[in-house]
Amino acid sequence: MDFLIFQVPMLTVQAVLDGLLLGILFALIAYGMALQWGVMNIINIAQGDLVILGGYIAYFMYLYGIHPAWGVIVSPIIMYFVGVIIYKLVINKVVDRDLFISILATFGISILFMQLMNFAFGADVVLANSGYGTTMLFDNSVTLPNSKIFSAFISIVFAIGLVIYMKKSKLGRAIRATAQNARAAKILGVDTEKVYAATFGINAALCGVAGALISITFTIHPYMGLPYTIRSFMIVIVAGLGNLPGVAMSGMGLGVFEEFADYILGTEFRIGSVFLLLVLILVYRRFKLSKKREYLK
Amino acid sequence: MNKNIILYAAILIFGVAAPFVFPAFKVQLSILCILIILAITWNVQGGEMGYNTFGNILFYGLGMYLCASVQVGMFFPLAEWTEGGGEKTFVHTPAQFFQGFAVGLAVAAIIPAIVAGLIGYSILGLRGHYFAICTLGLGVAAGEISGGIEIIGAGQGFTTPPFPKVGSLEARGEFFYFCSFAVLIFTFLAVKAIYSTRFKLVLNAIRDNEDKAEAMGIQTMKYKIIGWMISAFFCGLAGGIMGGLVGYIDSTDVAFDGREMGVFMVLMAILGGKGTLWGPVIGATVFHIFKEGFWTFFLGWQYVALGVLIVVIVIYFPEGIMGWLREKYPERFGEVVDEADRKAQVELK
Repeated sequence: MDFLIFQVPMLTVQAVLDGLLLGILFALIAYGMALQWGVMNIINIAQGDLVILGGYIAYFMYLYGIHPAWGVIVSPIIMYFVGVIIYKLVINKVVDRDLFISILATFGISILFMQLMNFAFGADVVLANSGYGTTMLFDNSVTLPNSKIFSAFISIVFAIGLVIYMKKSKLGRAIRATAQNARAAKILGVDTEKVYAATFGINAALCGVAGALISITFTIHPYMGLPYTIRSFMIVIVAGLGNLPGVAMSGMGLGVFEEFADYILGTEFRIGSVFLLLVLILVYRRFKLSKKREYLK
Repeated sequence: MNKNIILYAAILIFGVAAPFVFPAFKVQLSILCILIILAITWNVQGGEMGYNTFGNILFYGLGMYLCASVQVGMFFPLAEWTEGGGEKTFVHTPAQFFQGFAVGLAVAAIIPAIVAGLIGYSILGLRGHYFAICTLGLGVAAGEISGGIEIIGAGQGFTTPPFPKVGSLEARGEFFYFCSFAVLIFTFLAVKAIYSTRFKLVLNAIRDNEDKAEAMGIQTMKYKIIGWMISAFFCGLAGGIMGGLVGYIDSTDVAFDGREMGVFMVLMAILGGKGTLWGPVIGATVFHIFKEGFWTFFLGWQYVALGVLIVVIVIYFPEGIMGWLREKYPERFGEVVDEADRKAQVELK
């Protein structure tokens, strides 16, 4: 088998570096998913579409002559309100219900967003050019766009910022209390409705940051949302809820896996391999747990 | 009992007469039959067994590709057929067409059932939302992967054999309509027969509380796999006919179309009422009429309408039409109602 990656060893380094930088972005999205899953017990299929919407905000700033890096600030602010509106319209009616209802309802939102974005922004693949140039490593054999380094850096800043916010601030404490026991939190005077809205808003804001970064480093397209949802779901189930280092690690692992799948299987199988990996991980977990006569809950 | 016979006879007569009474709607009626089959099969899995799946589209697409591949591959080299992009280098004679289609349908039903049996043990061990997301992944992965396989047309699609002209008779619409209608009746009767056995009770027990069902000595895994195989069998059959009807198979837009068919089947079953025999039939009919009536009206906005529809149905109407009827007329569903108690409740309201 003559795979390019085995003939040119430096491509391995390239793939690992690309994968790690990409994986940090995935981890940021997965962090948002873990947050809402843990607090509200909701699996949001529209997660990826929120990411893409955030990306389009940055892209539009780029179109109007503003540097797209500012999207990192603007996009989460807009997306926070989008998230709160979605919560008020739909999510608050499915919070206490069966998980399948929430999956189906957010699936509907996902289809809705996909199509609305298709109308508003067209079906072209776009990217916001940041003009950051590239860094060459190892005698020019490994190219690393500066925008990727920038996006990984910003993701880490936001993730750490959010961790501190959750630990120190009043809202953060309320969110954590609600996640532990919503009823007790209510009794002790926490307005859980508000906490849920804020959680969903924060999740959407995180998606906004990630989307803005993706529009700078990669490309965005209205129909590209679902793979991001699946990736973040996968990262969360591998890492477990509330395990932040785990989320970062498995995010980066997934990024590296994807880069290698891209080189070895070919780009046309990239998305397919992500979805297959999800199935394999779930089946692996299922067999591991069934030895103890347990199942994924 | 008498009433039921009249009802069935009326439906049968309507079904047979429909393509001649409404010749312009032959294709629409065939699609309606396919949709009803899909809703019924989803209901076996999602409604009765409680394993909500997004992945039955896998069997539907598999059936579609298998039926077309067998139909072509029995007489001509498959690779050259797909490479030609459906050019008329090879032409099926009528006999070849019908033989191929019959064998293709048999394969399209059996192989998905076997696939369901093989992957069933691994995947049905997952529960609730993990199962839902896992099957969603399966469906999308199948679409992405089949879009990269050369022999079934990869990205450019697979043109199914054109319907042969028998003399001067052009009967394509009628042929596919009666095919799908026959399969619909077969599916309905088979599922009705299954629902009258202990098997249905086992499935319901699994839905209501799987751990308890297992504690009662039911081998839940065995029944779950059989349930999924039944679902896959009819799904594949529906896919095979749909492939011939559409005439062109694309990996993500026709066969593994999770965004349309994959969602439709869930939505139709929920709209009609999960876990009832007639629910999916009614749901699919209402949905199809709504879809055809409004899709042209909403031209371009149909997915927006679909998204809104899903959210509205799921949030405000999760019991479906049958559930609503049951609440309104409980006597007709064989529930004994205490008249005094009911009056008291009405007064309370």
